[in-house]
This record gives sequence, C-alpha cells and structure tokens, in this order.
Amino acid sequence: MNILISLFLTFSKIGLFTFGGGYAMISMIENECVEHRKWISHDDMMNITVIAESTPGPIAINCATFTGYKKAGFAGAVAATLGIVVPSFTVIYLISMFLGNFLKFTLIANAFKGIKIAVGILILNAAVTMVRKMPRKKLPKTIMFCSGAAMLCIHIFDWNFSSVSLMLLAAVISLVIFMINGISEQKGSVGK
Amino acid sequence: MIYLNLFFGFLKVGCFAFGGAYGAIPLIRDVVMSNKWLNDEMLTYMIAVSESTPGPIMVNLATYIGSSQAGFWGAAVATLAVVLPSFLIILMITALLKTALKNKYVQAVMGGLKPCVIGIVFATGIYMVLENCVGRVFSINVNPRAIIITILLVASIFSCQKLTGKKLAPTRLILIGAILGAVIYGV
Repeated sequence: MNILISLFLTFSKIGLFTFGGGYAMISMIENECVEHRKWISHDDMMNITVIAESTPGPIAINCATFTGYKKAGFAGAVAATLGIVVPSFTVIYLISMFLGNFLKFTLIANAFKGIKIAVGILILNAAVTMVRKMPRKKLPKTIMFCSGAAMLCIHIFDWNFSSVSLMLLAAVISLVIFMINGISEQKGSVGK
Repeated sequence: MIYLNLFFGFLKVGCFAFGGAYGAIPLIRDVVMSNKWLNDEMLTYMIAVSESTPGPIMVNLATYIGSSQAGFWGAAVATLAVVLPSFLIILMITALLKTALKNKYVQAVMGGLKPCVIGIVFATGIYMVLENCVGRVFSINVNPRAIIITILLVASIFSCQKLTGKKLAPTRLILIGAILGAVIYGV
C-alpha cells in the first residue's frame, strides 16, 4: 500500500480511538508506529516526546508530523497530520450542529451544569500534576507563583492583559536573569 | 472579517500552547472572550465535550468555535491555524535544526515559559471553581448546589486514588459531574 495512504489511515485510527488527547495518544502512537509498523525506533519516540514538551501545540500533532516526515518527507508529514485532525474535526463538526438543540432538554441542561463544575476541577487537577513534575528550584517556583497570582487578578478583576503577554514577560525575565548570571560568572572567572 | 480573525486568533493559540491541552485552555479562553465568540457557559461545555470526544482537545475546540462562528469554512480555518505552528516547528526541528532546543538561550526562554504556563493553568482552575461556587467578584452569588457537587467531585478524585491507586480518568470525572448535575439540579 502507498506509504502516504498508510500514514493517513494509521493516524486516523489513532485520532479516532484516543479520548482525552495528550498522553493517552502517545501510548497508542508508540504501539502503532514503533511496535506494530516499525516506522520509527523507540529512541526516536523518546526524542520526539521530549521535543513535544518544549514546543507548542498538541503533542499528538507533534508526533504525527515527526513520524510522517521520517517516513516520507514533507508529503508524509502532511498525510500523518491530516490523519490525526480529520476524525476529530468530523466528530466535532457534527456535534456543533446539534449541541444547541440538546441543551433545550432540562435533564441535559442540568447534566451540563454538573459537567461545568467537573471541568473547573479537571483544570485545577491538571495544574497540580504539572506542579508535582516541576523542577524544585527557586526561579521556576517564583515565576510560577507570580504568574499564577497575576493571572488570578486578571480573571477576577477582568483586567485587560492577555495570558500571552504574561508568558512573553516570563520568558524575557528568565532570559535576562540567565544572561546576568552568565556575565557575573565571567567576571568571577576573570577575577581569579 | 471573521475568517481572518479566526485564523489569527487560533494561530496565536497554536504558537503559545505550551504544556499540552490544559496549557491551551486559558489562551483559548482569552481569544474567545476578547472576540465575544462564545459565552463562558458554552465554552466550558465545549471543553467537556472536547475532553469526551476523540482527538486533541485544542483541535476539537478550534473546530467547534470556528464552526459556531462561520460554519464549515470557519471550522476549517480555525483548525488549520491551531495546527500550523506546531506542524512547522516540528518540521523545522527534524529537518534542519536538530540541536535548536539544546541551545542555552532557548533553554533559558523555556525555563521562564513553562512555570508561567503552570501558574496560568492553576489560576484559571481556581477561578473557574470559585466562579461556579460563589459567583464573580462584582456579583457574588453563592450557589449551594454547585458547592455540594464540587465537594463530591473532589472526594471522588481522592477516593479513586486511595481505593484503586490509579487516577480518575477525565472522562469518568465528567460523567460523574453529569450524573450529579442531573440529580442535584433536578430536585
């Protein structure tokens, strides 16, 4: 079978059968692409997971683009990425046409009130997990506390300051501190 | 023009969505609220639907918001925009700059971005829980039913962890939330 079609179909399958996104997808991708089809090695898979952590965007898209490119260049990357996107696009597009009608039933509307609360807790829970995995150093901790406090104020008082600006600010501060440390280290070594 | 707004709005989300799906939610909230595409209520419902349907949550949200604003082509434009940055960045890293991420300046920038994202996700979670239970700061509205559901949901996370040693899957928590909502708001 043509490799492009095969990439598209495999990643469609992964896209269609993994719920909740993120890490659930990684084990499925590992299963399909490393063990079953041997498109990439286990080491490749580890590398791309690390890269995905430091690059923006859904981790499944990162893995699909990488695997597709390794197997069949640019066209392969496009085929694999489309494979991940098409099933969820179709499902959500269909839901978007009916959701409004569903919410007219009282029972479903009540259920969604409960779901709304669950979503808040889910996000909080995700944040707790992220904090546990964070390096226990002074600088990241401080940045986390300050940006958390700032974001809470932005939400509560409806300040006009976007989370993207906050992220850029944190990145600049971290870079400046890194460069100042570098300069003082250099001076120290010259002094000796 | 709505297509351009959708494209650039979700391009921004795609460029800054570090830290997986939950890292992207505050960004999507920002973009959606500032353009008044959906209200808070609908957006939260859609986060739950995205979590319970297959595929990456970011892609699901982009598709839904695009479709709600400008039909099929709106959905297509928003989805393309949210995927494009990560597609291009991975392509660049695998094809050209294999060591770009090991560069010490890139590492320094990452060292600032990652904890900031965690702080933002934390604040958004706290705010959403507070808003559900006691309303907004300028219109306080204590909601006993929501408080009961919150307590029961947190209890089910902890008891699942204690009893089975495993984490409660997000889809399960959403299901429990739906049942509790139907029962407690029903009576």
